[in-house]
Amino acid sequence: MTKTIDEINEKIKQGKAVVVTAEEIIDIAREKGIKKAAQEVDVVTTGTFGPMCSSGAYLNIGHSKPRIKLGGGRAYLNDVPAYTGLAAADLFIGANALPDDDPRNKVYPGEFNYGGGHVIEELAAGRDVRLEAIAYGTDCYPRKKLETWINIKDLNEAVLFNIRNAYQNYNVAANTSDKTIYTYMGVLRANLGNINYATAGQLSPLLNDPYYKTIGIGTKIFLGGGTGFVAWHGTQHNPDVPRTEKGVPTRGAGSLCLIGDLKQMSPRWLVGTSMLGYGCTLTVGIGVPIPILSEEILDYTTVTDAEISAAVIDYSDAYPNLKPDILGEVSYAQLKTGKIKLKGKEVPTASLSSYPRAVEIANMLKEWIKSGKFLLTEPVAPLPGTESGITLKPLKERPIE
Amino acid sequence: MAVAKRIVLHFPKRIVDRPVVCRLAKDYDLEFNILKALVTPEEEGLLVLELSGEQEAYDKGIRYLTQAGVKIQSLSQDVLRNEERCTHCGACITICPSGAFELDPVTRRVSFYNEKCVACGLCIKACPPRAMEVHF
Repeated sequence: MTKTIDEINEKIKQGKAVVVTAEEIIDIAREKGIKKAAQEVDVVTTGTFGPMCSSGAYLNIGHSKPRIKLGGGRAYLNDVPAYTGLAAADLFIGANALPDDDPRNKVYPGEFNYGGGHVIEELAAGRDVRLEAIAYGTDCYPRKKLETWINIKDLNEAVLFNIRNAYQNYNVAANTSDKTIYTYMGVLRANLGNINYATAGQLSPLLNDPYYKTIGIGTKIFLGGGTGFVAWHGTQHNPDVPRTEKGVPTRGAGSLCLIGDLKQMSPRWLVGTSMLGYGCTLTVGIGVPIPILSEEILDYTTVTDAEISAAVIDYSDAYPNLKPDILGEVSYAQLKTGKIKLKGKEVPTASLSSYPRAVEIANMLKEWIKSGKFLLTEPVAPLPGTESGITLKPLKERPIE
Repeated sequence: MAVAKRIVLHFPKRIVDRPVVCRLAKDYDLEFNILKALVTPEEEGLLVLELSGEQEAYDKGIRYLTQAGVKIQSLSQDVLRNEERCTHCGACITICPSGAFELDPVTRRVSFYNEKCVACGLCIKACPPRAMEVHF
């Protein structure tokens, strides 16, 4: 049995496509078997909703009269610095950016109540944002100072551009030291007081297409409540890691670089986020459709939390010091029970990624496809796979004499 | 009938320096467990108590506090979850020392039981979208 994306799109247009979520497909395949399920189901939708630090947005604010050249100057959005290394009217705001006067961790642990992720959320919400900029002035761009409210509806472009999202599997974080630590994986209490994890498991996009057989550059997706595309493989994309027989990576592996129109997005699916003692970030909602082109592809989407395991990493030593040691391996089914056994101790677990929201995304995308308003795209190029030779390299430091 | 309730007491400046709470035990035979105590720079006092005893004694004790000028609020009105901001990730669950957050194993949604809350405030800053709010 094989299908093409064109055939599936034809069915979507006629309102006849069978679309189910990556959660629903598990029982369907169990009941009907892989072969029958692959014949009947056309698309499986996935979803994830978690903090994704490498998120950002670029804006074109339009030219002021007289003109100002932001490039090479300085610009702030609600006091959060935006990157001005681009042309006159373009800005880039990163989710981790912080106001210059934020105390950071000088008062430990820092609260990080407002940063770039919050600015992006406010833009998506349609709220006015204060832009302050200074420039050096040129003959063709004479203005040196700008202070104005801006609103997303007036901008020429507002584009979410995330260079690393939707990680295929991720570390499970623990703390073996004798004091509480504050990390991007949340607050970790001393002496294995708790454990945090961060993927949607069986609903997560790349865990349902472990060898990137359908998800590639140009794949149309749900992004932040609107539509977006896979633009590239994400930074730190690392396909060649240990995998289970079914291809599921047991460590952080692939990742996606995503792009989409921020004007279509909503603050329900882009949430400014504060990690105590760590910094600001953006929680992003992503949903990727997987066309069921063959039985093999359907089989991958039937992955369950029991079949996905991840490494428990000590964030008080191994992680900060870039040591390869792990404390153990656990499955998402175990993590989701609320406690795991580690080093002879029962440790409570919590998630940083919202499973109910991931389910909601997979269902929204399902409805979009079923109603014919969302057609699938053929990737224009594949993501680098296990044979690509791409590896995750540490920084090679060389002393500067 | 025995009762146990968590209440927030606001002491106006004029009675901050008077022994008030000890009389709940001495005169009204009530037990109290102090969950939080605060005196602000303007010398207004705030006390979060779990107060328990017989219903009749409890009512009398509350009447005494009110007459002494103490403003009383139920704790559940003070620690709130902003339902619009909560994403149900679950980061709060292992942070809360009194088990006020519970995960539904089927829907994976997080419930907040404010009757279990001791108003320690740990969840406020540990909540990534900052959905937990204290209103004392």
